Amino acid sequence: MDVLMLSRLQFAAATMFHFIFVPLTLGLSILIAYMETKYVRTGDEVYLKMAKFWGKIFLVNFALGVVTGITLEFQFGTNWSRYSAYVGDIFGSLLAIEATAAFFLESTFIGVWHFGWDKLSPKAHATVAWLVAGASNLSAVWILIANGFMQDPKGYVLRNGRAELNDFIAVITNKWAWLEFFHQIPAALTLAGFFVMGISAWHLLRKSETDFFKKSFNIGVTVALVFCIVTAVEGHFHGNNMSLKQPAKLAAMESHWVTQTNAPMYLLIVPGEDGNLVEALPIPGALSFLAYNDFNAEVKGLNDIPKEDRPPITITFLAFRTMVGLGTLFILLAGFGWLKRAKLEQYPLYLKILPYCIPLPYIAMWAGWTLAEVGRQPWIVYGLMRTSDAVSPVGAGEVSFSLVLMCLLYTLLGAAGIWLMIKLAKKGPEDNSPIQV
Amino acid sequence: MNNFMEIGSLHYYLAMIWFVLWGVLWAVYFILDGFDLGVGTLLPVLAKNEAEKRAMLNSTGPFWDGNEVWLISAGGVTFAAFPYAYAQMFSGLYTALMLLLFTLIVRGVSFEFRSKVESDTWKKIWDTAHAVCSFLPALLLGVAFGNIFQGIPLNEVGFSQAGLFGLLNPYGIAGGILFVTIFLMHGALWLCIRATGDLHARAELLATKLWPGVVVLTVLFLAYSSVTTKLFNNYLVYPALFVILLLPVVGLVLMRTYLGAKKYWMAWGASCLYIGGTALFGVVGIFPAIIPSNPNPANSLTIMNSASSVLTLEIMLGVALVFVPIVIGYQFWVYKTFATPITENDIHY
Repeated sequence: MDVLMLSRLQFAAATMFHFIFVPLTLGLSILIAYMETKYVRTGDEVYLKMAKFWGKIFLVNFALGVVTGITLEFQFGTNWSRYSAYVGDIFGSLLAIEATAAFFLESTFIGVWHFGWDKLSPKAHATVAWLVAGASNLSAVWILIANGFMQDPKGYVLRNGRAELNDFIAVITNKWAWLEFFHQIPAALTLAGFFVMGISAWHLLRKSETDFFKKSFNIGVTVALVFCIVTAVEGHFHGNNMSLKQPAKLAAMESHWVTQTNAPMYLLIVPGEDGNLVEALPIPGALSFLAYNDFNAEVKGLNDIPKEDRPPITITFLAFRTMVGLGTLFILLAGFGWLKRAKLEQYPLYLKILPYCIPLPYIAMWAGWTLAEVGRQPWIVYGLMRTSDAVSPVGAGEVSFSLVLMCLLYTLLGAAGIWLMIKLAKKGPEDNSPIQV
Repeated sequence: MNNFMEIGSLHYYLAMIWFVLWGVLWAVYFILDGFDLGVGTLLPVLAKNEAEKRAMLNSTGPFWDGNEVWLISAGGVTFAAFPYAYAQMFSGLYTALMLLLFTLIVRGVSFEFRSKVESDTWKKIWDTAHAVCSFLPALLLGVAFGNIFQGIPLNEVGFSQAGLFGLLNPYGIAGGILFVTIFLMHGALWLCIRATGDLHARAELLATKLWPGVVVLTVLFLAYSSVTTKLFNNYLVYPALFVILLLPVVGLVLMRTYLGAKKYWMAWGASCLYIGGTALFGVVGIFPAIIPSNPNPANSLTIMNSASSVLTLEIMLGVALVFVPIVIGYQFWVYKTFATPITENDIHY
């Protein structure tokens, strides 16, 4: 394999691994802060116990998220140095601002949260929980603004042989970035909701700590239901914007080949890289409507996009369907749980299924990011720089070595971390559990 | 390489400010992560039982994460303010950097993992991982900066041909040894502040024994630098700059004095001054290069040919002026709240 492919693999592996831990950090931090606030307000010890129990699992997850995030920032320099040199003026500053304004806050106060139970008043401790949650989500803002620049570059001018910043406001108000943010954060909250629901269901089936886990379940299911609907609705607007800005991604995710008005959506498609293998059961105008809110809008087909400008079609197509399919399932699952939340014990099958559903939101988010990033290919910055022009002039041997080492290390640590989280989750809450290093 | 700016222009002065801030960020990173890396390396040396291991890990536990963000910021600022230098530094030092990252990753999770399972083997694995992965970053950072001080073999397009083994030259290794020793000293002084009882006594004895080693290595490293690097050139042109060398010297003297007087916070502070001064000495020595090229200095990556645009440097400066004081403020508060001597109560079983 050449350096380009190896570097793409390394980036995909590093990012997807990092992204096992990030969404739970984003979502669960908010739920924990809410639990602590509830404790401060009501004085009900069960909420303190809740914050401590979910917090313990959160800390393992958080540690893995933080340490795997470091690789990402440095990878732009190690693997994508020509990208870094070309757009560093804009992209680099966004990462630097993220570190200064958000990541410092998050990393400093997670230590305070961890070690501060005896040193801070409950009120101060709850404030710290909100600082961690706020800072984590603020990190997401800056990272998504940086990603927004890659998807729909704004606020730059080509000068001195590189992209230079000429309108910072345009960069930080990029519509694409904010649409991503309002898709990503609700999705993270959905994931956190399903995480809490799954573990609570496991304990409810075993009738351990019923009161504790019923209350936890209620928080989880409410959050999951509200935010999976928000994610889906926002996804539609996000799709509209994407259709306008990246017609090649739209064509690839629908495996849409012929440019036409009143474009149909096929219920059955087997995509291929040179045309659909199977194409049946059309709904006339549906694609035009979904993309542009207009049944008669023209949708550009892959046939009219030069081959070297097309993203990989099968992956993009499958990623989109996985994301949407799972998103629909979440609405059904959360909706059912919310309606029956008062008499859950009457639905053992539902409780039995839920723990197995914990990986699903993760898969949905992976699929979403695959759609966003693979669908953007062959561009690293859409319309501005090709991925093949961005890679570092390093040796394939060096990249293979670090890729193999990274995969080994991540697999070991990830397995240990997930095993620990499962262990902590199964153990259930403890009374006055000491928080340890 | 094209120069982006005229010497004396606004752009030049902005780049100069960012060069100084870049140096300060690295210095602060070495000061802060330095002691927790040092304590981590000392874990198998100083702790005799489980309680002492806990005490050592707890002594850095609330801080290490916030400390490590200074590294992220130093990296981020290199990316933002000097993208060309960032691109070359990180792709040129590819394997060394990846190893640094991997060790920091293992070390980070070891804090969280080790106490979650009641098994001696499990704890032993993570304690060993913690110590090794505290030692290696110190060594690798020292090697990396030794090579930067000495100059990296850059060609006309700026691509380094060093490779991992090219970095392991005598001067680079000298840098690595110096860094490790400094961090051990810094970590031992931190334990003097936070540890009690036998552990405290052992840390104090170790710091006292390490001190002459730090002095000798510092002198040797400076002498070595005067032979193999151009670090002293700026100083010879502007002799007034030699004042900077006073910082590490004063730091060293005060370190020993306060240690003898059992004023541990002051001794640790003097160690911070020493580390900050040493870092500053190196940074001023390489100016205006960020990555000097050796043997061909014409290929150096300098503030003139690596800097971002005026607008980016200005915006970044605004962000730094607002947020860095805030960060310093809350990190100071965290140190004040949590850096008390560790008693039995702080070590949960």
